Amino acid sequence: MPVKISPKTVTEIFFEKLKELSGQNVHLCYQCGTCSASCPMSDFMEFSPRKVMHHAQFGLDNLLEGINTYWFCASCYACSVRCPRSIDIAKVMEALRQLTLRKSKNYIEPSQMPSEILKDSPQIALVAGFRKLTS
Amino acid sequence: MKVNYYPGCTLKTKAKNLEEAAIASMKILGVELDEIDRWNCCGAVYSLADDDLIHKVAPVRNLIRSKEHGGDKLVTLCSMCYNTLARANLLMKDNTEQRDTINRFMDDEIDYFGEVEVLHLLKFLKDEVGMDKLREKVKLPLKDLKVAPYYGCTLQRPREVGIEPVGSYELMTEFLEALGATVVDFPGSSLCCGSYQTLGNPEAAGEVASRIINMAADAGADALATSCPLCEFNLGKNQSALIEHKKIAAGVPTLYFTQLMAIALGLDPEVCHFELNDSGAVELLKSKNYPT
Repeated sequence: MPVKISPKTVTEIFFEKLKELSGQNVHLCYQCGTCSASCPMSDFMEFSPRKVMHHAQFGLDNLLEGINTYWFCASCYACSVRCPRSIDIAKVMEALRQLTLRKSKNYIEPSQMPSEILKDSPQIALVAGFRKLTS
Repeated sequence: MKVNYYPGCTLKTKAKNLEEAAIASMKILGVELDEIDRWNCCGAVYSLADDDLIHKVAPVRNLIRSKEHGGDKLVTLCSMCYNTLARANLLMKDNTEQRDTINRFMDDEIDYFGEVEVLHLLKFLKDEVGMDKLREKVKLPLKDLKVAPYYGCTLQRPREVGIEPVGSYELMTEFLEALGATVVDFPGSSLCCGSYQTLGNPEAAGEVASRIINMAADAGADALATSCPLCEFNLGKNQSALIEHKKIAAGVPTLYFTQLMAIALGLDPEVCHFELNDSGAVELLKSKNYPT
């Protein structure tokens, strides 16, 4: 689907927030796709990490808002350690997660989870999952 | 020799097998893992948002507990605790502005400047005990076991806290060789097991875990060695479900590196708590005549 880009579609405040939360400059990305190739979750993502970076460069926050990419990210750091531009992409994903979580929107609802999952999962799975996927 | 030790939450319940096998084995090697007082949950994942300091308080508090306990080193077994504590420690060492804020916020605690060295047990074994000493103490060499070293994410990434460079698996390889095992090189050593996505997106987590197990099976491994209770959960305990859903043809049992050490050192298998592993682990060991 073609995306129209004009000064009107660029959200300046999005760049500032992304920079403040992640400490990363997404404009360094030259779209090589190493992140997408390294990502174990790429297959399940609506936008690959490379595509997320591309949209972020154009300030298209409205197109990034509803996608599943950062909810599938496991913060495994495979992309960050391989990025030839030294962008910590896992931190960019975290920033995108936080921008949604801070509007009190959860990706999972602990109260709705089956009790077996809560009983069987190791504590580090629960603490990490709730930290990453709930506000 | 005594060294400060941080267990973490999971090791006291669902991963008792990781902890007790380590404590007993280290005793044989002349090392007492001295649990620090009043430790708390490390937070499991290091907070990646730059403005989020409150979630860095928990790991820093543990580092302060270690400093108060005396000794300049802190050993961990769980990969996730290791990663979280080591990264919080780097922050307190290098980021003066955030360090000051955290120190001021915890006004009931002593100030902390990153003085404690956070070490994973594998690194401690190599640098402080020596793999030769480990080899000398082995009573039951694991010569019938082909083991694939599985690091996952948090032992190596990000680079600044990696126990060794990205893509190198020497520590675990030397360790397993010292135990007499045959080390199987396989391409999945540093792939993510799915981590906390077992909660958020269990199907995707199952898929990435399956790839790793299939790679290990293709490489001819009998077992995977890990140090992370979440990897063990996703790759080990999940195996019967993955076989049922035809994601994997056959299981490759997962064992903690400390359990392998305890068996090789000839310890009572009770310290290994094999009842907490996937049943495949016990079957494998029995089939090779190792005590379970």
